[in-house]
Amino acid sequence: MGKEMLTGNSAAAWGVRLAEVDYIPAYPITPQTEIIETIAKWISDGSMDASFVTMDSEHSMITAAGAASATGARTFTTTSSQGLLYGFEMIYTVAGWRVPLVMVNVSRGLSSPITLGPDHNDILAVRDSGFLQIHCETCQEVLDSVLMAYRLAEDERVLLPVMVNMDGFYLSFTREAVEIPDVEKVRSFLPEYRPEHAFFKAARPMAQGVAVLGGDYYSYFKYQMHLASQNALEIYKEVCDDFERIFGRKYEVIDEYMMEDAEYILVMTNSFSTLGKAAVKRAREDGVKAGLLRPRFLRPFPESEIKNALKGKKAVAVIDQNISVGKGGIIYSEMAGCLYNEIDRPLLLSFIGGLGGKNISQKEFEFIFEKMISASDTGIVEPPSLLYTESELEGITKLKEIAGKE
Amino acid sequence: MDTSTIRSIKELPPEENMLPGTAACAGCGGLLTLRYCLKALGDKIVIVNAAGCFTLLTIYPFSPFRNSWLYTAMACAPAGAQGVRDALDILIKKGKLDPEENLKVVVLSGDGSAYDMALSSTSGAIYRNLDFYYICYDNEAYGNTGFQHSGASPFGSRTGTTPPGKEVPVGSQLQKKNLFDIWNSHKPPYIATVSPAYPVDLMNKFKKAEQFKGPKLFISHIPCPPGWGFDPSRSVRLAKLSVETGLWPLKESVHGEVEHTYVPKKFKPVEEYLKEQERFSHLFKPVRQEDALKSIQEMVDEYWKKHELLP
Repeated sequence: MGKEMLTGNSAAAWGVRLAEVDYIPAYPITPQTEIIETIAKWISDGSMDASFVTMDSEHSMITAAGAASATGARTFTTTSSQGLLYGFEMIYTVAGWRVPLVMVNVSRGLSSPITLGPDHNDILAVRDSGFLQIHCETCQEVLDSVLMAYRLAEDERVLLPVMVNMDGFYLSFTREAVEIPDVEKVRSFLPEYRPEHAFFKAARPMAQGVAVLGGDYYSYFKYQMHLASQNALEIYKEVCDDFERIFGRKYEVIDEYMMEDAEYILVMTNSFSTLGKAAVKRAREDGVKAGLLRPRFLRPFPESEIKNALKGKKAVAVIDQNISVGKGGIIYSEMAGCLYNEIDRPLLLSFIGGLGGKNISQKEFEFIFEKMISASDTGIVEPPSLLYTESELEGITKLKEIAGKE
Repeated sequence: MDTSTIRSIKELPPEENMLPGTAACAGCGGLLTLRYCLKALGDKIVIVNAAGCFTLLTIYPFSPFRNSWLYTAMACAPAGAQGVRDALDILIKKGKLDPEENLKVVVLSGDGSAYDMALSSTSGAIYRNLDFYYICYDNEAYGNTGFQHSGASPFGSRTGTTPPGKEVPVGSQLQKKNLFDIWNSHKPPYIATVSPAYPVDLMNKFKKAEQFKGPKLFISHIPCPPGWGFDPSRSVRLAKLSVETGLWPLKESVHGEVEHTYVPKKFKPVEEYLKEQERFSHLFKPVRQEDALKSIQEMVDEYWKKHELLP
């Protein structure tokens, strides 16, 4: 099909179309809405043979999606922010049903205050549910990840739902040149969903999501989910190899940028890591041996890949686009947990930035590299800091004056 | 299913689609209702069960059902039914599923879900004209958590969260929501109230509903021995009394047109029903709460007067 200029949202919709999804229960929310509008249009004009239904809420939407998946239909749905939280209860339930639902989340900051800009508290809130999480940097990656997500979710060694994440506005509405794969090629990569485990059949009654009484059984089922999620890392490698063989694009569980001889590493996810990569390039020009590590998966957490990539590095700065209020950056905590038992581990610094879509400027990246270098020289790691500039503080002070609060 | 009307209890189908040995309470009116409903629906169905008492019928690895079953949360069984129905339809359309394997989709929920938490998803499913059966077993409180007040709890009843006391001697001060009318305002093809004490009426309503594509809704008034406070052997008697006193009208609505399917020849006083239950005992002792008893009787009389069915 060649390349087209696609937004992240339309790239996601193309992924769904090419996966020949059967069923899409939907509910609108900014900045996700373009995905369901695009799919609705294709179904209306006959270019997609699927069933589309607008539900009464995200809670209902996720339920319908999970139930359809359990019935044997390849199912897609998508949401953002408050919508994801409204359906939160059913995220856990659907994961427990062990159905291969694929869902795109277009990240957006959470209320209150209400905002449209992105950060990752929405998707990270469902981190422990059993959904696998793929985080995307580019529009191409969004399309490709939707296809890979179905392969992974439907593998009988996994059978867990997958969430594909992209940043609202920064990626959802950014146009990039995206290669739209050929339908036949996609079919050879992602065969029709013919589940052995699902299908409510008259000839074979089945109970799904039954209660258990007692912690022994509960632990057993939860642990099965944990093992399946961990399996996904190995199986993902098979999926990636197939994907590369058929489409020529290679994805790993982590993305490493200029990491080979790097000493000072940024850890970032999603579209802001493009800014991080530009900062790494500049730092290199200034003689700083900089690199960037972008985890593509946050669940399962690619521990051994991250440990390997950070072996022998001097300092690592985690830039969290989220804030666990009362604790700090969520990914920082994950990284600290991952590296704690390593004898030769780099210093770990924490920065919180990009909340609600707030820009991270080149100057701020320079500040982060300075902090990494001085920490590595002195061995002293400063406490976590929120990236917030003088001029931004002046801006909010002015607003507070207008509001009569200053 | 043979859609001809049945006339007596002897004509009920002998097949059982629910096996004995469940964890439900002795004398559970809901279980009795469900047994009759499943006789009517047959075994080519999938039940989408909202969280509630009946979630505990299916406990790993056991199930009393001959049919398929899916758990959802309290707020969303109708949405689960939507997913299953749509998936079956599209799979059959695409030739991925043999039409022989088609199933009726049935929502099963208690009143806490149906009257309260799932009202939005229920409204959505009726509005979308989802082809499904919805059975609400209404014991007038949150039974599974030990009997707390729900939107279905009647005025004057004691529940865990409406305990009669010095300040509020009457217990629940709110009137039971009218779920039948809420559903009926959506104009679905078929709605009925049923009772496990009237299995012939119940069975015929399911037979009638069979002809309609779209939402087919059933609310069953069901006695709950531990919640209402009575001996389990009296369960059917109490279900019968709620109908004979006029408190639970047996009726149906076809595309919004309401008709009563059973009108007692002579209405028994509501007190006969109330005094048999611990949850209303505070209305009689230590002092009779005349006003409360009178207003319950008046509410019943007004209903039947409005429908011009009071003898």
